Amino acid sequence: MSNAYVSLTGLTLSYGQTVAVPELNLDIRKGELIALLGPSGCGKTTTMRAIAGLLAPTSGKIMIDGADVTRTPANKRGIGLVFQSYALFPHLSAFENVAFGLRLQKQPDAQVRAKTEAGMATVGLTGFETRKPSEMSGGQQQRLALARSLVMEPKVLLLDEPLSNLDARLRLEMRNELQRVQKDTGITMIFVTHDQSEALALADRVVLMKDGKIEQLGTPAELYAEPSTAFAANFMGFENIFRLEGADLVSDHGRLPFGCEAAVPLLAWRPGGVAVGKGPHVGRVIASSFAGDHREYVIDSPLGQIKADASIDLPEVLLGQQVAFDLPQATARHLAA
Amino acid sequence: MSRLTIWLILGTTLTFLIGPFLIVIFAGASAGEALSFPPQGLSLKWYAKVFTVESFRASFALSMFLAIFGTLTALLIGIPAAYALNRYNLPGAEAIRTIVAAPIIVPGIIVGLALLRYFVVPLDVTITMALFVTHTALVLPYAVRVVSSSLNNLRADMEEAAVILGCTRFQAFVKVVLPNIRGGILAAFILGFVTSFNEVPASLFLSGPGVRTLPIDMLSYMEITFDPSVAALSALLAFMSVAIVFVAERLLGFSRYV
Repeated sequence: MSNAYVSLTGLTLSYGQTVAVPELNLDIRKGELIALLGPSGCGKTTTMRAIAGLLAPTSGKIMIDGADVTRTPANKRGIGLVFQSYALFPHLSAFENVAFGLRLQKQPDAQVRAKTEAGMATVGLTGFETRKPSEMSGGQQQRLALARSLVMEPKVLLLDEPLSNLDARLRLEMRNELQRVQKDTGITMIFVTHDQSEALALADRVVLMKDGKIEQLGTPAELYAEPSTAFAANFMGFENIFRLEGADLVSDHGRLPFGCEAAVPLLAWRPGGVAVGKGPHVGRVIASSFAGDHREYVIDSPLGQIKADASIDLPEVLLGQQVAFDLPQATARHLAA
Repeated sequence: MSRLTIWLILGTTLTFLIGPFLIVIFAGASAGEALSFPPQGLSLKWYAKVFTVESFRASFALSMFLAIFGTLTALLIGIPAAYALNRYNLPGAEAIRTIVAAPIIVPGIIVGLALLRYFVVPLDVTITMALFVTHTALVLPYAVRVVSSSLNNLRADMEEAAVILGCTRFQAFVKVVLPNIRGGILAAFILGFVTSFNEVPASLFLSGPGVRTLPIDMLSYMEITFDPSVAALSALLAFMSVAIVFVAERLLGFSRYV
């Protein structure tokens, strides 16, 4: 692809004899915010480490800004990486942490000072220059790590689970911060996460990975509305997935009539897509929890457990009670595999 | 347990730990001619005499040389070894660790005998060289162990962060790893210094005419002369050890870490 800024071609990554990522192809445009999403062991972190140069690929090619960097060592790639653990230098002050890379480049002192101060201001850490990382909160450490990478003006900024070590409130704050920094600097960002809500909220495009392969690639809206596989659907919150055989829905537990045939082997429903209180099927409520504007039920049915969200306006169904439900054709997502 | 018993146990323990030290200090400060406790009158003449004994001066110099340079050499070998054992998945790492620890486990007297019979005699090594190699080997386990444990507390991704910011692997080691294991290196140095300085059994075998470490020299001095100067010297050495630890803690420990 001609307009790709970061381009992975046939990238194969292995640990010893174990192939973690086979033949990965991915093109990323300049200024894009990309999420590598997937469960642990899906190869997302491995891929990120390869882009950073911390892991040499078995085969394949990594191009950044038109240059082949496959064999370029990590310290000459001009890439930033914010570690999940932040990996700040504990013996240095916040200022010296940020200045570390600039000093290595032997930039003049005044320039180092100016850039470091600007970098710390960008992430709102002005006034913390003399603090040691151990004297800073988790959120501040994260922003310090971000500043340390940003002052190097990297071609690409990689972030490993940038929000996973933060509490809910800080997470939202950091998410906004990352989006703002990305908008201000126009830097190309690739971040790794196992949290689909993070990926959807933050990224321009999401790369959903499974077993080292790209399962699906698309905008958050595409992935959310139109997952193409059972794995993708499950990751995007389609918690009820059943096989379609003829006009019946089939699971390992049993079958239910669906009423019509379709050209696809799998159908999936979000909990919100299941109709509760009316419908042709009957099940027993085995779990129920209040979630503000809706109730989350688990219904024991001939297909096994079905997760269903019901409007708070509907009368509450008590544990153990029978309830009518439907898996409507209208809310079913058709899956190819 | 009653308050009395607790004080009793504490008192006994402290007496046991500090008592010998006090006895030596006072025995050395005796005005009498023979080593005894309680001292026969008080004087500092034996403390002064220590500095006039020619063989003490020579053996002190040798012991200092061995303790300082033996330990430094052990650190020079031990730090990279500890780093390699810690960071890389080496085949046989566990075996190497055990072998490195062997000089602690094997009695010094065996080490001394073996080195004399199969190292010094067949290779015709000079006494000083033999002592130097032996002390380095005996201190090496401490260097590897202590540095290893401080490396264990240091996350490997810190070095990767340094590399991403432009460091070579070696620069990352010097700029990020070394400053953060400084405490461990210092501890290893002090431990190694004291171990080397106090080493008797192996040095006993390797010492030769005119070339002795201080403890060996003190032993042979006592065989001939039974005056309080040995006690005085022992007390001085004890003060030196305390002073080293104190100064190291002050200069290298606190001011740089806080």
